[in-house]
Amino acid sequence: MASDEPVQAQEHEKFNPGKFIIDHVTDKYEWHVMGPHEGGLSIPLPMILYSKENGLDIFLSSKLEHRTVYHGYTIDHEGHLETEGNFSYYDFSITKAVTGVLITSVLILLIFISVAKAYTRRQGQAPKGFQSLIEPLIIFVRDDIAKQSIGEKHYKRFLPFLLTIFFFIWISNFIGLIPSFPGIMGNISVAFTLAMIVLVITLFIGNKHYWQHILWMPGVPAWVKICLLTPIEIIGVFQRPGVLMIRIFANIAAGHIVILSFICLIFVFSSGSDAGGWGFSPVSMAFALFMNAMELLVAFLQAFVFTLLTAMYIGSCLEEPHHAEHH
Amino acid sequence: MTPAILLLNPLLSPSYGLIVWTLLAFGIVLFLLKKLAWKPILKSLQEREDSIQSALDESKKAREEMASLKSDNERIIAEAKTQRDIILKEAREIKDKMIAEAKTQASSEADRITASARENIQNEKMAAITELKNQVAHLSIEIAEKILKQELSEKDKQKTIVKNLLEDVKMN
Repeated sequence: MASDEPVQAQEHEKFNPGKFIIDHVTDKYEWHVMGPHEGGLSIPLPMILYSKENGLDIFLSSKLEHRTVYHGYTIDHEGHLETEGNFSYYDFSITKAVTGVLITSVLILLIFISVAKAYTRRQGQAPKGFQSLIEPLIIFVRDDIAKQSIGEKHYKRFLPFLLTIFFFIWISNFIGLIPSFPGIMGNISVAFTLAMIVLVITLFIGNKHYWQHILWMPGVPAWVKICLLTPIEIIGVFQRPGVLMIRIFANIAAGHIVILSFICLIFVFSSGSDAGGWGFSPVSMAFALFMNAMELLVAFLQAFVFTLLTAMYIGSCLEEPHHAEHH
Repeated sequence: MTPAILLLNPLLSPSYGLIVWTLLAFGIVLFLLKKLAWKPILKSLQEREDSIQSALDESKKAREEMASLKSDNERIIAEAKTQRDIILKEAREIKDKMIAEAKTQASSEADRITASARENIQNEKMAAITELKNQVAHLSIEIAEKILKQELSEKDKQKTIVKNLLEDVKMN
């Protein structure tokens, strides 16, 4: 994302860093690689729309370029989809973020199925090559996240999910750091989806002890339970995945925004004279580079935190009574 | 449709299309990885860990066996040493006893030999004495004969002897 060249500045338009950054961080119907918004290099993506009036429509987003109207659909200047005549529609387009999700999915499948093949092919041998890069991470998730937070008894059931979510977040964060690629975890919908999956899991696996503690905490007067504890606990059930969502979304989005801000500074400084932009660009690039390095760390850290907290929520749902008495 | 506050910031407006796609993609990834990746990977990791653990256990067991074997060996060596000492001691005793016996036997044999030698000497001596006595008697007889022959050669003397002998007989 970071290297998108905002050519608008050279066109002596008033450069608006806020709009530029939001444009890059939010989802779009086309994959804008470089150049100006109108006429720059961008990859058209398939739009999948359904409405009662038009039925199912599948076409490339390039058909809606330059505010063209196609089957009553058009994309406004902000990049939002609009309809002529304001009919209601369902939008399942392969947007830039969906593309990011799909790229991540394909990459993760390729990586781990090939690693799994290496395990079956080289059975009983020491890990080699890519396998030995991945193995410590798998063991890390298994031993330091799953086993520690869920416990010996149940951790095996959730290990596939925890491993998948860990690598899904981490690899998508890496992809997001490639210039012009979508940072999907910085999109609230993706973060929301993952958090919802966690919520559904915690709702379904909770044992009797867990629900008793939420709905009817033993050893507390009834009025306290009704007025205070039970509502708070019920909010807590939903708030915990909510916090997961906000944390991952805010961290990744903020990281991208900061990097983009440093890049934008070049164009802010060059609005007076080109020399200002050239002069400031080394400083700006140094900061952006530093932030990128930081983001590499954040990419791992957020994947780790998300997985760890998920494992802890799952662990708390499965806690046996004698452990919980100490809380 | 979407609350106004969310429309204010495009960052915060969720889109259901993306949610559905994410759910679908993540679900498929989870399903496929669970089947094709995590299962074999975790299984072979577990197997490898088990084999390492069992190898460690085995080496520990072997070490313990070695130690017990070593202590066994030491015990056996110590036993053998004491056994050897006992045997040596016994052998020495037997040797001493044998020497002592031989000594007594030798001395008794020597005694016996001396005694028999002495007896022999005695016997020889007695034989020699007897022979000597016989010789002396013989000689005496010869001498007496010779004397008698000489005495009887003269008539007078013969008459005196016969006279003497007759007188002796008369006395009886």
